[in-house]
Amino acid sequence: MTRSAIEHGTEGPLPPARDGRRVTQLTVTEEDRRVAWLATAAVGLSLVDAAIPSPLPGVKPGLANIVTLVVLARYGWATAVWVSGLRVLAGSLLLGYFLAPGFFLSLTGTTLSLLTLGLARHLPSRWFGPVSLSILAAFAHIGGQLLLARAWLIPHDGVFLLTPVFAGAALVFGTINGLIAAKLLAETPPSDSADV
Amino acid sequence: MTPWLALIRPGDWLLMLVGAALVGASIPVFWQGGLADRAIIRQEGKVFAEVDLKARKQFAVSGPLGTTLIAVEPGRARVVSDPSPRQYCVKQGWLMRPGEIAICAPNRVSVQIAGRTKVYDSISY
Repeated sequence: MTRSAIEHGTEGPLPPARDGRRVTQLTVTEEDRRVAWLATAAVGLSLVDAAIPSPLPGVKPGLANIVTLVVLARYGWATAVWVSGLRVLAGSLLLGYFLAPGFFLSLTGTTLSLLTLGLARHLPSRWFGPVSLSILAAFAHIGGQLLLARAWLIPHDGVFLLTPVFAGAALVFGTINGLIAAKLLAETPPSDSADV
Repeated sequence: MTPWLALIRPGDWLLMLVGAALVGASIPVFWQGGLADRAIIRQEGKVFAEVDLKARKQFAVSGPLGTTLIAVEPGRARVVSDPSPRQYCVKQGWLMRPGEIAICAPNRVSVQIAGRTKVYDSISY
């Protein structure tokens, strides 16, 4: 609570700038703070993800998507887009692949899975829960990556040779992440606090 | 504590099944040619023998340098020995996937694995 008290202090009207220039003041809303916290959590999970050894490049648990799923359910699609976008950006900066091919693969995968989530969240929630959303998003993610890899990085159909492996991994990890997201959603009450 | 299974809704099960079915169906589509089922042995570019990769067999194919020995086993084939100076086709070892080929150029003998459908490799292009 001290944090918000301090920030409330700075949010008050600024003293007039000494040399008379106008000062553009950026107000930090509660929403911004929430996005930042959630994106931090997602980046943290991205780092965990990167630390897990993988038998095949491209097969990753994608733990950060748990955050995306929870955010989608709690705060809506727009917030999920913000959190995912910031996660891709900050994650790539921290892991050192910003603007490298991996960054664009990550960006394409994330964009496609967000679009898929945007459509899939309208599925009747009585029947389809976070697990469904997670599986669909995982498939969209790997699909986007494979298409980008085929179109740009390795312009040969040989890229698709590993599709069954990637799709199988997407199904397994999608299910696991969806279950974790469902558990988080079921066991933590909705709150407006930024530190979910 | 919510039990894990209670978190899966009916549609989730359906989607998991559909997903698994799609993954299963994608295997023959993307691993084109399916499983290796024949070995084609060529001598001077002409087909010397076409063998089902089911039984254990040995073939001796003669070429300009001598005899190339080819072994066929269930699901795989290889060149066992060859008089070529650099032994490339012998060093390739077992061929298991459709489209794989070992060419003993100096002795003008080759072994190729074929599946149900024809696959193209960089040599075909």
